[in-house]
Amino acid sequence: MQWETVIGLEVHVQLATQSKIFSGASTAFGAEPNAQASAVDLAMPGMLPVLNEGAVRMAVQFGLAVNANIAHRSVFDRKNYFYADLPKGYQISQMYHPIVGKGEVSVNLSDGSERTIGIEHAHLEEDAGKSLHEDFQGQSGIDLNRAGTPLLEIVSEPDMRSAEEAAAYLRKIHAIVTYLGISDGDMSQGSMRCDCNVSVRPKGQTEFGTRSEIKNVNSFRFVEKAINTEVERQIELIEDGGEVQQETRLYDADRDETRSMRTKEFANDYRYFPDPDLLPVEIDDTYINAIRDGLPELPDAKQARFVTEYGLNADEAAPLVQSQALADYFEQVARGSGDARQAANWIMGELARLMNQNEVEIQDCPVNAGDLATLILRVQDGTISGKLAKQVFEALWNGEGSPDDIIEQQGLKQVSDSGEIEALVDQVLADNQAMVDDYLGEEVAKKQKKKFNALVGQVMKASQGKANPAQVNEILQQRLDTKG
Amino acid sequence: MSISRDKIEQVAWLARIRLEDSEKEALEGKLSDILGMVDQLQASDTDGITPMAHPLDATQRLRPDEVTETNKRERFQAVAPETQDGLYLVPRVVE
Amino acid sequence: MHTSTLSELARALEAGETTSEALTRETLERIRAHDGRYNSFITVAEERALEQARAADQARTEGRAGPLTGIPFAHKDIFCTEDLLTTCGSRMLENFAPPYNSTVAQKLDDAGAVCVGKANMDEFAMGSSNETSYFGPVTNPWGDGLVPGGSSGGSAAAVAARLVPAATATDTGGSIRQPAALCGLTGLKPTYGRISRYGIIAFASSLDQAGTLTRDARDAALMLNTMAGFDPKDSTSLDREVPDYCASLDNDLSGLRIGLPKEYFSDELSPEMAEQVRNAVREYENLGATVKEISLPHSHLAVAAYYVIAPAEASANLSRFDGVRYGHRCENPQDLNDLYLRSRSEGFGEEVKRRILVGTYALSAGFFDAYYLKAQKVRRLIQQDFTDAFNEVDLIMGPTSPSPAFAQGDKTDDPINMYLEDVFTIASNLAGLPAMSIPGGMVNNLPVGLQIIGNYFDEARMLNAAHRFQQVTDWHQQVAPNGV
Repeated sequence: MQWETVIGLEVHVQLATQSKIFSGASTAFGAEPNAQASAVDLAMPGMLPVLNEGAVRMAVQFGLAVNANIAHRSVFDRKNYFYADLPKGYQISQMYHPIVGKGEVSVNLSDGSERTIGIEHAHLEEDAGKSLHEDFQGQSGIDLNRAGTPLLEIVSEPDMRSAEEAAAYLRKIHAIVTYLGISDGDMSQGSMRCDCNVSVRPKGQTEFGTRSEIKNVNSFRFVEKAINTEVERQIELIEDGGEVQQETRLYDADRDETRSMRTKEFANDYRYFPDPDLLPVEIDDTYINAIRDGLPELPDAKQARFVTEYGLNADEAAPLVQSQALADYFEQVARGSGDARQAANWIMGELARLMNQNEVEIQDCPVNAGDLATLILRVQDGTISGKLAKQVFEALWNGEGSPDDIIEQQGLKQVSDSGEIEALVDQVLADNQAMVDDYLGEEVAKKQKKKFNALVGQVMKASQGKANPAQVNEILQQRLDTKG
Repeated sequence: MSISRDKIEQVAWLARIRLEDSEKEALEGKLSDILGMVDQLQASDTDGITPMAHPLDATQRLRPDEVTETNKRERFQAVAPETQDGLYLVPRVVE
Repeated sequence: MHTSTLSELARALEAGETTSEALTRETLERIRAHDGRYNSFITVAEERALEQARAADQARTEGRAGPLTGIPFAHKDIFCTEDLLTTCGSRMLENFAPPYNSTVAQKLDDAGAVCVGKANMDEFAMGSSNETSYFGPVTNPWGDGLVPGGSSGGSAAAVAARLVPAATATDTGGSIRQPAALCGLTGLKPTYGRISRYGIIAFASSLDQAGTLTRDARDAALMLNTMAGFDPKDSTSLDREVPDYCASLDNDLSGLRIGLPKEYFSDELSPEMAEQVRNAVREYENLGATVKEISLPHSHLAVAAYYVIAPAEASANLSRFDGVRYGHRCENPQDLNDLYLRSRSEGFGEEVKRRILVGTYALSAGFFDAYYLKAQKVRRLIQQDFTDAFNEVDLIMGPTSPSPAFAQGDKTDDPINMYLEDVFTIASNLAGLPAMSIPGGMVNNLPVGLQIIGNYFDEARMLNAAHRFQQVTDWHQQVAPNGV
């Protein structure tokens, strides 16, 4: 049986407004518990919500960035349920008339293909508070600082067909919201959260299978892993004769499996109805167009520009635009060194490797763009060899100084003085008579080349890698020719 | 329209209201009466009529994105039943 | 002094004939001596009131006095008053002293008025007889054992007994007008959005409106001048200029077109009541108005629509009462749900529970369309009836309630019968129109109210019409036999 996976993602993005969506309390991070919970956020008697324009603007920015229809009229609804972190006993959300309608994003996959993923809609809502389970004598402590923080919930169409696509979509959403500056998109901090709706169906079937929802997966990697393990579970279940239950599950990263959340006694009936404390939100084309005019260059446009302006191909450009910060870094290095391709190689190669290893983001990268550009220039102008550049780079990462300082301190300057190289070559030839004879006696071209390279190797070793390889080749060839 | 005991229990649960059995009995009758009155609505012709959520023909005012509230935790928690270290205490929430 | 109206007291204070402190002391003494008979106050704020009175006298010596400066009055216990107990007639808020002021309370504070206490009311404003209060029923000064009407029964009894010259109140389905009618007072509910709801404990958000209970129209105009106005903290508050409602009180009424809805003179109204109302309307003809019959064809659906919409909104508004951040909390909750279940069941009375259940039901899955949505459509039909009528007439008049004050206990076992008390008042709440009740006659020596319904924001015309009527009749000057 051939199976097809169907995935839809619901991404909650915390919007970076100064104040909350319905109250004037601050959204700043790190405050004392409940120091940023106003009477409105605490749902005290008689308190009323007033809508934050910043949240509306950010939602519109997002909608425009995904080519979505912006609703001229949208409505807030109450979603009713009881929970300790939900002070009003309802969440203000948008059920029937969301502010952003259908849109789409394109994602690049590792095989070089491109797919378009649909966005069903995006709506504004308020975040809940937090329950802390530190032991207060068997009680939980509730902090409502987060209650009322604006969220943009982005609901995709069930268009994704693999975990890879899902992760790519999520990365794209992340890139868009960070480019727009509407969120810091930090999944580990919870400013971006992802729920994955996963189902399987026999290939060729048009009906969707029953889906399960994996809630609150908090990294790109985990999204891929969670989906893969869930798909496996569902397929195995069906093949064993079972039925997939429509349920909520959690991803356990340690065990790399999903498990069912405690089932609630009666299914929640949210009883959505328009919030009578809020009036319909109406925005006109003037407002929307002003926002459109103010949009920054978005990832797709930037990627296209990198191709035309820097001569990269799409595969090289795509990873560079995943974040605004990374793209800016690249441009600095590219312009500083005049060699965009080298810049791209270093960034996606050595730099990426060290960043991953040390779990560091580009913003906190210890190698500044200027230094990397300089390093590239030093290779270009022959000051050091390409091989030793890696060593310099690691020294830069470890904060050992500027590229020139390091080259100087470690004596890595490439030897390009022909006199010096001639001396080295002559020494090597003198010390390796057997190899010389071997080379001279060889008639098969390929084997000859190999033996020649071996001699080059000896010269490089003798120079501790600092000899200019091109010159070594030239001079060695000359010497051997005279001998032969 | 009469309301069944099951339905009363379900609705009471959604509203987190605990009812004694005697209360449920009394309610069955009264709620059925109220719902019966409300059923008069069914007879009216409302085809093509848009629901009216607000009496006003007005739209939502947008507030500038500014912080206007200060930390009033002491004042607000002075009326709270149980707090500790600035947190509101509730029986342990099990996830 | 206690027989004076608010304007008469204002004049006396202005002329130096008395001080606010003296007035306030007399008021507090009267309450102490006589309120046992009516139970119209839940909280009497002696110290606070005297402080306010002294400050008012000070303001007067400094030339900063306005028309309400130094006037003692009562707030219905639904208005949050800073640091002063605000119970909403409920055990749930028995000990709740809000750390903030409602906008209405703030405005009256700023105007220098003196709040002597918080008036009794039906619990959470749900009732038409003030028999559901946790703090005991209120007795109508027109007869021991008679209800004052509700939910603003305490406000009405206090003014009718002449304990205070005026009181604030709220009206969601008739809660100002019906008590006004039953107690022989002038009760005003302005246009929805005219007065801020910020800090008023919410019952049904799209219907609630603050207003006044006074002895005559001039007093109502004076209060409205101060209470009305745009409030940025209430999204449903309208930004519209507040005229001087006193300036137009004496306008000539010739050419005024009055409509009497034929549906309001049907079988629900006894012939005696109908006669009183028609007599009252005849006075208007003497004053130069023309009267004609109009039709509000969907009137018979108003009560049904209301008893879906109001409980539905209330069911969500009352979810915040959960024993966590304020209000009643049960002893030793075993878990979160136990906390909710017991705190709410202990804190809320029967009528409140009933309405929460009706409301929850009306919003629940499978019933939403048939109940809530249907009621909202009917609401629009009702509004359209009024819009059509106001094309032909300037004011609509009719009875306020189906009968005069009834005996305590008469309707407590029959919710529907109780709900029908509001059969004439509910429609204007659904439409959001301004409406008032003024004393217009007597039946069995009990006051009968004349209801005046105006077009949106036409309070000035309504008060003008009421005032002119009060200049040629003396129903409003009849004193309750058990009053002070």
